Amino acid sequence: MLAKRIIPCLDVKDNRVVKGVNFLNLRDAGDPVELGARYSDTGADELVFLDITATIRSRRTIVELVKRVAENVFIPFTVGGGISQVDQIDELLRSGAEKVSINTAAVQNPALIAESAKRFGSQCVVLAIDARRSKTRPGHWQVCVKAGTEPTDIDVVEWARQGQDRGAGEILLTSMDADGTCAGYDNELNRAVHDAVTIPVIASGGAGQLDHLYDAIVVGHADAVLMASITHFGDYTIRQMKEYLAGRGLPMNL
Amino acid sequence: MVIDYNVGNVESVCKAFKHIGCQVTLSRHPADIERAEGLVLPGVAAFGYAIQALGDAAGPVRQAALAGKPLLGICVGYQLLFDSSSEYGEHRGLGLVSGQVVPIPAGRVIPHMGWNRVDLPKDMGLFAGLGDARYFYFAHSFYARITDPLARTAHSDYGFSLPAAVQKGTIYGTQFHPEKSSHQGLAVLRNFHEICKQS
Repeated sequence: MLAKRIIPCLDVKDNRVVKGVNFLNLRDAGDPVELGARYSDTGADELVFLDITATIRSRRTIVELVKRVAENVFIPFTVGGGISQVDQIDELLRSGAEKVSINTAAVQNPALIAESAKRFGSQCVVLAIDARRSKTRPGHWQVCVKAGTEPTDIDVVEWARQGQDRGAGEILLTSMDADGTCAGYDNELNRAVHDAVTIPVIASGGAGQLDHLYDAIVVGHADAVLMASITHFGDYTIRQMKEYLAGRGLPMNL
Repeated sequence: MVIDYNVGNVESVCKAFKHIGCQVTLSRHPADIERAEGLVLPGVAAFGYAIQALGDAAGPVRQAALAGKPLLGICVGYQLLFDSSSEYGEHRGLGLVSGQVVPIPAGRVIPHMGWNRVDLPKDMGLFAGLGDARYFYFAHSFYARITDPLARTAHSDYGFSLPAAVQKGTIYGTQFHPEKSSHQGLAVLRNFHEICKQS
């Protein structure tokens, strides 16, 4: 049986790890190379690196930074943010990433998912979805793009299903409503997406307490939990999270 | 020495060996293969592509392994150790260990991707000092059905008993990625390095 995964996430802006609340009010959380090495060394199951500046001008520096982070990372490493072309994916995979996550570009050009999956394999392609609860349709979420700044009228569950059909190997599902609040994951969202697809769902946004992680897996049916604030600012170590979850009967890589 | 052919994860494997203090040469030349203490065959690719990319390095690698030079195959590099594969057509492997590479049976999520627990037999040198069972990182859709009576194997449970590693003499292979399996993965590489130094 596969272990449930604990995945720290580095949101990187101007070569620093930052973390905000609901995608706003960013706080500095450290050096990405140092944090990446620390997480790899202290038992994280994977590492996610999201370039949240992602302007064309910054691409070159990001590739260099990814290489430096990868140098000390001996766990699977996913890189995302501003990826819109297959050649960029190739470059990132050759720079030490195992997987890439695609968000806005997949919405603008859904063929990119199939194209990347065909060239690199589905296991390399993570579809990242930023989800916001719909104000007009209860029990539905809308896909937001451009770092959450632009809502679309695409339904999250429908988009996740389509992403899987087009070849995505995993869904990285971020609740914008919960992100950075430390008040718990949106497990209604996690479960709705999980029930619609067979590929793994990584729950993201809202972790603040250990039982939030447990609930995302048991109530939200997530295969993996992603977190930032809770671990960057020293509330809990990766080991504490894993021991807690293993103690409650979940299969963990300890 | 890590065999250089155009497949994914070659760099990650080199990086991990360097991290544990091992001197790494990335090459595919017969003279380097001859000189090396041990050989590593990495690989993230489809089987047919990988065996083709290995090309004329296949002969020297095979001969060195048969002559007792330690060889470690990783993921597709591990699958290449066997007789054949049915991934996108029928392909012949290196035939160093008897067995066939076949699709993971339906009825579970494929690819098998993530951390799975491997039961570690006491008599496999790669796992020295690692205890009875550890989690390792897997990412694959095909697996090796091992038929070699001389092969020792380690298994993982994925709704069936999934071979996760093999050893036949000084030929070793892991279906999982030690270079991406945290401390326990680096320990496997360290064990292989020790084996190379001793032989």
